[in-house]
Formats: sequence, structure tokens, C-alpha cells
Amino acid sequence: MLLAKLTKRAELLAATRHFFNSRGVLEVNTPVLAPAGSTDPLLDSFITQLEGGSVLPQQLYLQTSPEFYMKRLLAEGSGPIYQLGSCFRNGELSQRHNPEFLMLEWYRPGWNLTELEAECCALVDALLGAASYQRMTYRQAFIDYVGLNPFTASLAELRQTCVAVSAIAAEQLDRDACLDLLVSHVLEPALKALNRVILYEFPANQAALAQIHPDAYGNPVASRFELYVNGLELANAYQELTSASEQAARFAADNAQRLALGKPQVTADAKLVAALEKGLPDCSGIALGFDRLIMLARGAASLDEVQTFSAYRW
Amino acid sequence: MANYATNEFKGGLKFMLDADPCSMIDVEHIKPGKGQAFTRVKYRNLNSGRVGEKTFKSGESVEAADVMDTDMEYLYTDGEFWHFMKTDGSFEQIGADAKALGETSKWLKEQEVYLVTLYNGAPISVTAPNFIVLPVTETDPGLKGDTAQGGSKPATLPTGAVVRVPLFVNEGDLLKIDTRTGEYVSRA
Repeated sequence: MLLAKLTKRAELLAATRHFFNSRGVLEVNTPVLAPAGSTDPLLDSFITQLEGGSVLPQQLYLQTSPEFYMKRLLAEGSGPIYQLGSCFRNGELSQRHNPEFLMLEWYRPGWNLTELEAECCALVDALLGAASYQRMTYRQAFIDYVGLNPFTASLAELRQTCVAVSAIAAEQLDRDACLDLLVSHVLEPALKALNRVILYEFPANQAALAQIHPDAYGNPVASRFELYVNGLELANAYQELTSASEQAARFAADNAQRLALGKPQVTADAKLVAALEKGLPDCSGIALGFDRLIMLARGAASLDEVQTFSAYRW
Repeated sequence: MANYATNEFKGGLKFMLDADPCSMIDVEHIKPGKGQAFTRVKYRNLNSGRVGEKTFKSGESVEAADVMDTDMEYLYTDGEFWHFMKTDGSFEQIGADAKALGETSKWLKEQEVYLVTLYNGAPISVTAPNFIVLPVTETDPGLKGDTAQGGSKPATLPTGAVVRVPLFVNEGDLLKIDTRTGEYVSRA
């Protein structure tokens, strides 16, 4: 049982490295422990203290994603790169979450989201076997499965639907929280029946580090897609933000929101902003939860079944 | 009473919901890669016995319910109440009504120890041990030679409960039953 677990993981890792090597994408390793962290108000970092030796004591963050360092490499002219490494998110533990997990992240300079989507599907086909992918916009998925338009529905209507599906005390939910709740309670269960789904054109508020463009109806949407397999959120891709000033503004907005939520401020990565100023090539990038992919490959119901030592086995 | 925040939620936690004491059955952390975290709770309303689901925003809290689980031995019934006695040496007796007893009436046996849930001191539910041994009072005659495989038939227990058993089981046999599923496990 343990051997089967280790063997399948090793096979999938080897196949992934083979996939990228054969496509000329360079494997890199960047720090998992660093003086700047993710400012995302909805992600909590593990924070620790560097002391002793010949360096000044300072606060360090375990990285929630390798994104900032990888973008710094891209700005230095690394060309296409990928990384397989541990990421850390505090307070996340469930059948689908573990505070430490293996992330596969890769970037394609000069590529748009359509090209990246094709490569993502090719990788998943190589690892899980070929299958067809159903593409749907966030808007259409909501209309079909939730029964409302996420861009035009009123906040009252969104809250009412949230109460109906989850009995939550909805008066505390803002628009984005309502949408997140409806995705997890209604959309994801519906997607379970559809095997592989590419969901794209997320509301602009959910852009994170993606560019924003208008959709066919004039709504501002994030240049972003997510891959769901059997209702499991597997990968998240962006047409990457390349504007240094916009990046700095989003860091500041994140920290302002953290303050409002009563969460500690996070040291933003000034060197990322500097790298963007110097010039990040137009690129698309994607992060894929590798442990979740192993879950799917093995037909497992939880991360614990595929991680060598999950938090349940510490 | 104390409050519990979502990060303290776990199976078995007793809390108040709309003035009813409830017990959490299943607690699920929900968090998209980018977005808000929620905690979805499947719970049993301890007054009505009904199971429901409710989602909480991360950081929300609930009020603890004054609910205590106590080991008690079943003594007898007077037709209206089922009387249990504490096993802590106090010999204190409490009568539970049919509503509190619920489905557990199928698995009642004198001198067996049950988990009696008290809310503000009064019994609101009775839980049977996971496995219980009861004799068969009525079933079709056993078929010799038909052992491990093939077929099943109904068998009635002294409590009136009916379970599916293998064909070789006879009246008077002692059966081990899983009270959570109501299924036959083995002969005892």
C-alpha cells in the first residue's frame, strides 16, 4: 500500500519532468522561505524568524506559491520555466487541503492563455489519460448551473441564493464571497459529472495577478482560466500582469483589505515590482496542485491517501 | 456558555442553532485557491433528530450547548418512559421518553450500557453501543450446509427489530448486530 503510493507519485513526477524537458521548459528551484510573502488577503502564510549566524534577525514567510521568484527569473530572461516544489498555506486542512502541498507551476513567455490551455490539457492527458475538455465561461456556468448571471444579479439576489443552498447567515457576505460560496456549493458539485472543464473569464475582482479585459458583454473579466477535473479545482492560469505600477497598487490594496479584515500586514515583494519595472516579458503562467492530480490518477478521495505524510500523519 | 469559532469545529461538537441543541456530524473546510474560506457543517438537531447542513463564514462562531453525554444502564420501561441508571456509582435514575429513545428502541437490552445525551439535565437522545448481542425470536428454519455464501432471510429480535441474516441462522441463536447500520455481523 505504502509502496504503491510512493511508486505512483514517483511515476507521475518523472512523467511531468519528461513532459517539460521534451518541450524545452527548464526546471528551476526558488526559495520556499523568503523575506516577502503573499499579500493575498484570503491566504495566510506561516511566518517564522531568522536569528543567529552572520545575518540580521528578520521575519520570513514560507511561500504560498513560487510565483514571485519565478517572475523575477522570467524578467532576467530565463525563458520558459517550471517548478515542482512545496507550498505552504496556514489554516488549510481538509480532504482537499494540506498546509504543505506540492505545486507544479510553469510560465511561458510570449504565450497567450489559449496556447497555455492547450499545453495544460496535453500535460493532464499525458498524466491522467486523454479525455475531452468542456470549455465554459464563468458567466455561462453560473447561468446554467446556479440560475443567475454573476455580473448582473443584485447583491440581495446573490445572498438569497446563498441562504437557499447553504443556510449561511448571508447578511455578512459581500458580492465576491457570495460568488465563492455558490461556486463551492453549487457549481463544483455540478462539474463533478462533467469530468474535465475549463472555466474562464472570471469576474475582474477575482483577477489576483491576472490581466483584465472586457468580455463579449462588456463586463470586465480576468484573463484567467481554471481547470476542474471531476469537480476538483486542479489548476489556475493567468495572462500575467506585467505592469509594475498595477502590481504595486494591487499589493497596497491587498494590505489595505488585510487591515480591514484585522489580519497582519504582509511585506510585499519590492524586488518583484522592480523586476516588472525592468520588464517582465508578456507571458502566461499556471499553477497546478500536484497532490490533487495524484488523487485523480489514483481515484483517491482525499489528499491524505496520496501524500506521503499528510498533516494527519505528522 | 462558551463560544466556538469555525477553526474549533469538529465532529461531536454540541452547539446551539435557532434555540435547538445540535451535534456536528461532519465538518468540511472549503477554500478555493483564490477566494473566501467557508466551513460546511452537517449536524443533527438533538431535539428533532433531524439532520441538516449549514455553512459558516470562516471566523464566525456558534454558542456551545449545555449537552452532556452520560453512560447509563438500561433498567426497564413502564410503557411511557424508559428508565436508565448512571454507572458512576450514584445509582441516579432518569426516564427517557419515546422521542428521546428514537430508533434506539430497536436495540434495547436490560443491563446494557447506553450513551444518554442530557440537555439542560433532561435526556434528549439515547445511543446504543456500536455492537449489541440479541437472540433471534423468530425466523424460517435454518438450512444445513448453507454456510458462508448465498441468500439471506429476515430474523426478528425480542425488541421487534428485523434484520437480514444468512440462511443458516436458527431461532434462539445469539446474533451480533451493528447498531449503526442495523446489519447482522456474526453469530455471537
